[in-house]
This record gives sequence, C-alpha cells and structure tokens, in this order.
Amino acid sequence: MSDIAIRVINLGKKYQLGALGTNYRTLRDTIVDTFSATTQALLHAGERAASPKADENRFWALKDINFEVKTGQVLGVVGRNGAGKSTLLKILSRVTEPTEGHAEIHGRVGSLLEVGTGFHPELTGRENIFLNGAILGMKRTEITSKFDEIVAFSEVEKFIDTPVKRYSSGMYLRLAFAVAAHLEPEILVVDEVLAVGDAEFQRKCMGKMSDVAQQGRTVLFVSHNMSAILRLTEETMILEKGKLVMRALTQQAVDYYLSSGLSRQGERNWAADEVPATADPFKPVALRIKDTRGRVVDTIRSTEPFQVEFEYILDQPLTGLRVGLYFMSTRGEHIFTSFDTDDPQRFELQSSRRSGRYFSRCTVPANTFNEGRVVLGVNASSYRIKRYFQDEQALVFSVDATGAPGTQWSEVRMGPIRLALDWEIEVR
Amino acid sequence: MSDEITMIKPSRGWVALNLKDLWKYRELVYFLIWRDIKVRYKQAALGVAWAIIQPILTMVIFSVVFGKFGKLPTDNSIPYPLFTFAALLPWQLFANALQRSGTSLVGSAHLITKIYFPRLIIPISAVVGGLVDFAISFVVLIGMIFYFKVYPTWNMLWIIPFTLLTLITALAVGLWLSAMNVRYRDVQQMIPFLIQAWMFASPVAYSARMITDRTWQLIYGLNPLAGIIQGFRWSLLGGTPPGELMWISSTVMVILFISGLYYFRRMEKTFADTV
Repeated sequence: MSDIAIRVINLGKKYQLGALGTNYRTLRDTIVDTFSATTQALLHAGERAASPKADENRFWALKDINFEVKTGQVLGVVGRNGAGKSTLLKILSRVTEPTEGHAEIHGRVGSLLEVGTGFHPELTGRENIFLNGAILGMKRTEITSKFDEIVAFSEVEKFIDTPVKRYSSGMYLRLAFAVAAHLEPEILVVDEVLAVGDAEFQRKCMGKMSDVAQQGRTVLFVSHNMSAILRLTEETMILEKGKLVMRALTQQAVDYYLSSGLSRQGERNWAADEVPATADPFKPVALRIKDTRGRVVDTIRSTEPFQVEFEYILDQPLTGLRVGLYFMSTRGEHIFTSFDTDDPQRFELQSSRRSGRYFSRCTVPANTFNEGRVVLGVNASSYRIKRYFQDEQALVFSVDATGAPGTQWSEVRMGPIRLALDWEIEVR
Repeated sequence: MSDEITMIKPSRGWVALNLKDLWKYRELVYFLIWRDIKVRYKQAALGVAWAIIQPILTMVIFSVVFGKFGKLPTDNSIPYPLFTFAALLPWQLFANALQRSGTSLVGSAHLITKIYFPRLIIPISAVVGGLVDFAISFVVLIGMIFYFKVYPTWNMLWIIPFTLLTLITALAVGLWLSAMNVRYRDVQQMIPFLIQAWMFASPVAYSARMITDRTWQLIYGLNPLAGIIQGFRWSLLGGTPPGELMWISSTVMVILFISGLYYFRRMEKTFADTV
C-alpha cells in the first residue's frame, strides 16, 4: 500500500472553443470542411505552414498541473469560474481524458460532481436509490445493506414509494446527497454540492463530509465557500487560468486568495474570451455590488440599501436595449427581476443608445433580502428581438441580517426576502 | 483499502477494449434496462400490452396488404400471418434496438458528462432491453403456432443462437450510430429512414426465396438480417434452412461488430467533451 492517493504529473487539457451545445457538428460541416481542406492542401501543396487559425480556436483549460495528495489528506481546491477546477475534477473522476500528462489514482474514486445524477423523475425514491447507487458504482448488495441508513439520512421515509417528481426540491436534494454520501469510496472528489439546499441541509452535508475526512479517506474538495474550505481542509490549492498558482496551508491559501482579488468578491469581471461572439455589439465589462459608502463588497447588510452596478460597452448603437438583473436563490429560484428601462418613460427616452461605455446602476432598498446567499444574474436584450448576453450566475453575494426585523429571536426565518412591514395591532 | 491503481492518461490511436471494466459495471446494465422498462410503461394506459400491440398490428397490415391483396407466396405453404409474424419478431427486436441505441448516448448526456462508467454500457443496455418486449411477443407467437397447427420441432432450439445474432447485429449497428450521433446529430434524423429501408431489404413481408438470381442472392446476403430472419422462420416453421445466406450474413455481422466496437472506443474519449 502506498501512502500517495493521487499523483498528478504534467496534466493538461485542451478544449475546442465554442459555445456549449454548438460544438457538435453536422455531417454537412464535416463534408464541407474536408472538401475545403483538401482543396487547400492541393492548392498549397508543399507549403506545410502551420495554420495559425486552428490554434486560435483551442485553449488550455489546464496546463502543467503537478501535485500529490497523501492518503487520508483533505485537500481544498479554489479558483474563480473557468480556472480549471471542474476540468481537473472531471479528469480525476475519469469523465473526460486529459490531453497530456497523467494521473495515478490509488483506490476507488467516488465523485460528487453533482448530486442526483441519473435520478429519474418518474421513479420512486426507493427505485432511484438503487438506480443512482448503481450509476455511482455501487453493487446491488452494497445498496441493499445501506438502504435503511440512506433513507434515514435523507429523512424522506414517508415518501420513499412516491415518484421523486412529486418531491420538494429539498427532499430531492437530501435523497440525492444521501445516496452519494454512502458511497464510501477511498478517494472522494467533491464539487460544490454544498452550494445548494437550505442551511439545515448544508450543515448536514458538512457533517457528513467531515465524518468522511475523519475516517481517513482522501478528499479533494472544490468550493467557492471559503468557510467550508477552512473548516474541512488542511491544505488548499489555488488554480488560476488553468495553472496551479499556489499550494499552501488552507489559512494561508485562503488569505492569499481573498486578498489577491482572485476571488472576485463583490465584483465580476468578464474577460474577452468569456463572452460569446453572439453577444456582439454588447460587451459586458463588470458587475459590482457596492455598499452605502461606495465600496465594493461581497456581503451586504439586510438593513442597509446597496447598489448594483453593471458596466458594459456598446460597440455599435443599439435600439430597444434593456439591461437587467436577476436576483435568485442559490437553488436557482428567481426572487425578482428588474430592468434599467422598466419605467416606460425612461424606455421612451433611452430607446436607442449610442456606442460607448455604459454603467447601469440601481439601488436595492434596505430590508429586502433575508440572510443567506443571493445569486445575481445579468441579461441584455431587446424585447422579442434578440438576447445579446445573459449570465445567470454572474456573481454571488451574502446577506447579513444583523439588526433586521425579528432578529431578537434566534430562529431561522424562512424565505429569501425579509421586509420590514408596517404592523398594526388592534384589540377589541 | 484496496490496492487498485487507476492510470489516467491520454489514450492514443486505437484504444484497448477494456472489457474488465465493463464486467465490473455489469450490474449497471441491469439497472438501466430496468429503469427503461419501468419508465416506458409507467404512464401508458395500456402498459406492457404495447409490446404485443405493435407487432400484431403490423402483422395484420402485412397480411392484408401483402398476403391478401399482394398474394405473396410463403415458404412451405405456411399461413401468411404466421409467416410474417415469425419474421416480425426478430425484425422488431432489431429495429427497436437500433432506434433506442442510436440515440442512447445523446439521451444520456447528463450521465456521460458527470460520472465515469464504461460508455459501452449505454448502447448495450439499450439493445438488450428489447429482449423483454421480444419475450412477450414470443408468447403470442407460440399461441399462433398452435392455432395454425404448425407443430414445432427440435429445430426450434435454433431460435436461441438466432436471437443472439439479432442482438449482436443490432449492437454492431447501434455502436456505429450512437457514437456517430454524438458528433453528428444528422444521424438521429436518418435512423427512422434507415430502419424503413432496412426492413424492405430484409425478408420480413416476403420470402427470401423470391430472390432467385445468384448474384442478387449474394448481394442480398450482405444484409445480416436476411440470414437471421430466414433462419428464424426455418427453425420455427420449417421450410428452407438459411444455409449459405447465413455464412455471408455472419461474416458481415462480425466485421460490423468488431469495427463498431473499435469505432465506439475511439470516439469514446471525446464523448464527454462533445455531447
């Protein structure tokens, strides 16, 4: 038995660029391309110049990654979106192949890239436990022996013979996580599963994760949640643009990450290669959350108003453009939506915008959000004509409810919003 | 702690088949088939009855069009309905398997992009799952055999190898189609047409003996289903054994199957990135 659980050497992964979902080709494209390539080859026979165009469309999602994880170690991985975290996990869980280099894995790997993979809405909870278990690589006997434990953990005993399509999203998540949590692999690879579900569920997941860690299993844990990383891991790696920029004790790594601006706290910047060509002439630049003093923050106070600022560039004049924000829960439920030209008069006034750099700003009044995390999405479109740009998870901010109405009671307030209502108490 | 070591590295050229991994995940085949059957009949009012309604209706239509109006001759003066039903059984097993396996990978994109398991499992379970419907309609066939008083002989046992051959042929074509469909979505548009054309190229509605010209016979034999269906009929109802037709069919089948396996494995490494 070796004391190394994962050894990664010079790992790299190259992707073809192209928006998701459009990178499959039709037969016609291939025939046309083959034909033109052949004609090109015939016309330029002997030249053999490396075509620069072919390389423009590729990028390295990961490059020259080297690291080792010791058996029983819990290693955190942080980095902003697109830094290559998910690609790394996908390679280690064998979903996709690396382009170069290799990884050596000692032991059975369980990956939680998403909970509930393979759940079928028409099947009952019981049936889905078996199906999902098998997909995750468990033997039937193994599932049978852990069945009661899984059901108990998920707290859906009463509905175990109901199709999961009738489950609430909370029940669904609990059941899905319960199956995955009982996989008991030697190496567990986890991606952000804790970002979903309510506070109670998250606490339960965290508990299960630290159990796993204490049982001497190796865990690779990817998250945006710094407090979770701090609680669960001893060491952390920071990925940035496909490269491993730092590996250190978690406290050190998190400090570095938060202070270096890599974490994108309260601010989201779009690099040119993150914007699809279809967005043209609209170019998102940045999205910021600002507190009453104009500072960019990642946590706002529920009792104070805050400002959201969306900066973008128009390369050409546009007519009928509206730029808006989606406020969503971390489960993806819309809380509300607002556009900068919701006011009909303003829409008349600003019906066309000349090219230039724009800032659309709005102020969200005090006493709007309950404590928790809010996902902010952006949209730029012309109604019924074209959607130029949309990013439903542009940025996440936290809400601190200190001093909000009702905080004299320490219980958890349900619901994503926390209004200060004008109550009247009448007695007759 | 097991001493299991997995090496992850880019695979070059023709990838090994990795049958060991396939064996390790064999229970998943069972669960996927079980899921498909459960889901397929869960909200259908007629439920499993659909497994027999389809071939029976096709048989009725064929009997009226080709048997009664077209007056197509059968082998060994077997009644036309029985003659065609015996062919419809392997045919529908094949056609359904092709239909399901062809789109199977794309339909399982959510699994392929999230979890590792041998991708071969997906078309395999799509093909093998058809056996349940097949078994149900087989009971109907037995009933018809007794009704028309065609008493079976020991030749009937040949059904088992012929059924296996049908599955392997379907899997062979399914491997090609499903892997191609990941990259070229044209394939799923093509599949219904392919199935229709293939049916006319197979002795489902007519007897393979209608083809008398020697050259045409050889060309006809290139269709693996020609030999299989003829063999099916022979083992159940008597008449002409498939003979040399079977040899050509089997050769074609083996070539299709092995090339399909390797094509699939070769494409497999990019499934998660392209699907």
